[in-house]
Amino acid sequence: MTNLFPLILEHMYIVAIAIAIATAIGVVLGVISFWYPRLGTFILFAAEMLQTIPSLALLALLMILLGLGNTTLIAGLVLYALLPIVRNTNTGLGGVPDHLREAARGMGMNRMQRLALVELPLSFPMIFSGIKIAVVNSLAIAVMGVLIGAGGLGYPIYRGIQMRSFERIITAALPVVIMAVGFDYLMTGFERRLTKRK
Amino acid sequence: MIQFQNVNKSYGNKKILDDLSLEIRDGEFAVLIGPSGCGKTTTLKLINRLIEQDNGKITIDGRDISEENTVELRRRIGYVIQQIGLFPNMTVEQNISIVPKLLKYPKEKCDEIVHSLLKLVEMPYEEYAHKYPAELSGGQQQRIGVLRALAASPPIVLMDEPFGALDPITRELLQEETRRIQKKLKKTIVFVTHDMDEALRLADTILFMQEGKLVQAASPEEMLRNPANDLIRSFMGRHMESANGTAKLLAEDFMRTRVLKVPETMHTLECIEMMRQRDVNTLVVLHEDDTYAGTVSIETIRKHGQAGREIRELISDEAMTISRKEDARAAFDQLLASSLQYLVVLNEDGTVAGLITRTSMAKAMGEALWGELTS
Repeated sequence: MTNLFPLILEHMYIVAIAIAIATAIGVVLGVISFWYPRLGTFILFAAEMLQTIPSLALLALLMILLGLGNTTLIAGLVLYALLPIVRNTNTGLGGVPDHLREAARGMGMNRMQRLALVELPLSFPMIFSGIKIAVVNSLAIAVMGVLIGAGGLGYPIYRGIQMRSFERIITAALPVVIMAVGFDYLMTGFERRLTKRK
Repeated sequence: MIQFQNVNKSYGNKKILDDLSLEIRDGEFAVLIGPSGCGKTTTLKLINRLIEQDNGKITIDGRDISEENTVELRRRIGYVIQQIGLFPNMTVEQNISIVPKLLKYPKEKCDEIVHSLLKLVEMPYEEYAHKYPAELSGGQQQRIGVLRALAASPPIVLMDEPFGALDPITRELLQEETRRIQKKLKKTIVFVTHDMDEALRLADTILFMQEGKLVQAASPEEMLRNPANDLIRSFMGRHMESANGTAKLLAEDFMRTRVLKVPETMHTLECIEMMRQRDVNTLVVLHEDDTYAGTVSIETIRKHGQAGREIRELISDEAMTISRKEDARAAFDQLLASSLQYLVVLNEDGTVAGLITRTSMAKAMGEALWGELTS
């Protein structure tokens, strides 16, 4: 078990970086799709399409472009994490009550100020719940990274399969499950507090 | 001074503003009022360009607002909306200092503004500044909404039915406060409402609109004395009467019109059944030509009635009647002097118009004093 610890950390690290990048890109795309609904339809469609590509195939394609290693895995995770974040950002912004939007306009906020001071803060609970979904998904998908030479908990699971050791598979898979459940629990708790304050 | 010159606005085929021209002087409390759909809110929103006119010119102090930067224009005009519109993610203090911050006032000045404004409505800084809107009552929230609009000392403040969602007592408090603040800070206020009470209480000038046109612009006193048309007269209703002092309150103003009436040919058992269903103990009985015959009470039927007989023979004439055009005062005197529970109000032709009960009398009195009662 002790030798799994660095791998658990690496697993989390990979996911954390992927989520950070996906959040940055996803929120921007979400805002764009909110501002320009026509372009938004296209963005959401593209993000949904990405989601339908099997993870193995997507990672393999990326490997051809980017080579082996963690970077490729992160790129793959980012692509998968985009949909829930873009979609929830879009939905969250769309859910800001009209009278608040009008109050903001009437007070002389320009579009950026409305976004930064009113619309994004009010959509934050929704965006956060998108991030939560992305985190839980990514923790599971990151296991596939072993096939493109990335680190994390994929390797010990793969070793277990090769050795046909049920015990090894379980000891490596369990941390993934625990992390996913743990993050889901923590983030759901935080989410509740966010929505309660409103 | 705000001026509209021949302003038109349509949505599709629907004309909202029809060649509207009006003028609001500096420091004036101007109330826009009219039936719904008359264009009063559109007029208000044209001033801060939340809506753009199709044609015509709107100027503030002689400057055409369509040539100004909308964002800068709006920062110079306070805006209060009916749904209050405080941002739930910001504290009271942050909400109030939005426009000063947009205008890049230094921090000390923002602090000073928040302190002095909260003082103006007697909400201590220590207690309220760091609360979130959700922690305040509706009335407190709208106070902050008004303060927020005043924060950057705009010479003009627009208010779109700001107190419409508040309970009557809070509404009245806020009306007084707003009036006081307006006088003290010498703001030009453009205020939209559909409530004539509010208009009469607040306005220096009432601008009455109808179908996208300005029908009359006058002081409350002037409008009460000389309403330009029947619609305005009906909007002011009871205020006109009290202002002129000539109106006589008539019996018909105090009656309730839903009365249980039966023909004299009805049978006793049916009457009892009907009374039981409607939970009353007296019925008004009519002759065959619908004129008033008298009343019949459940005790009389029980005591003297025989099953299957018509109630014709049980009618009593002990209930007092009064003509609907008679002075209400007479009705009150009769009702109070006697031990009767009600008076029957008759039309000129002898048919029944309604009843005055002690309850309907009290309700009508209340409405005459305080306006429409909710229940």
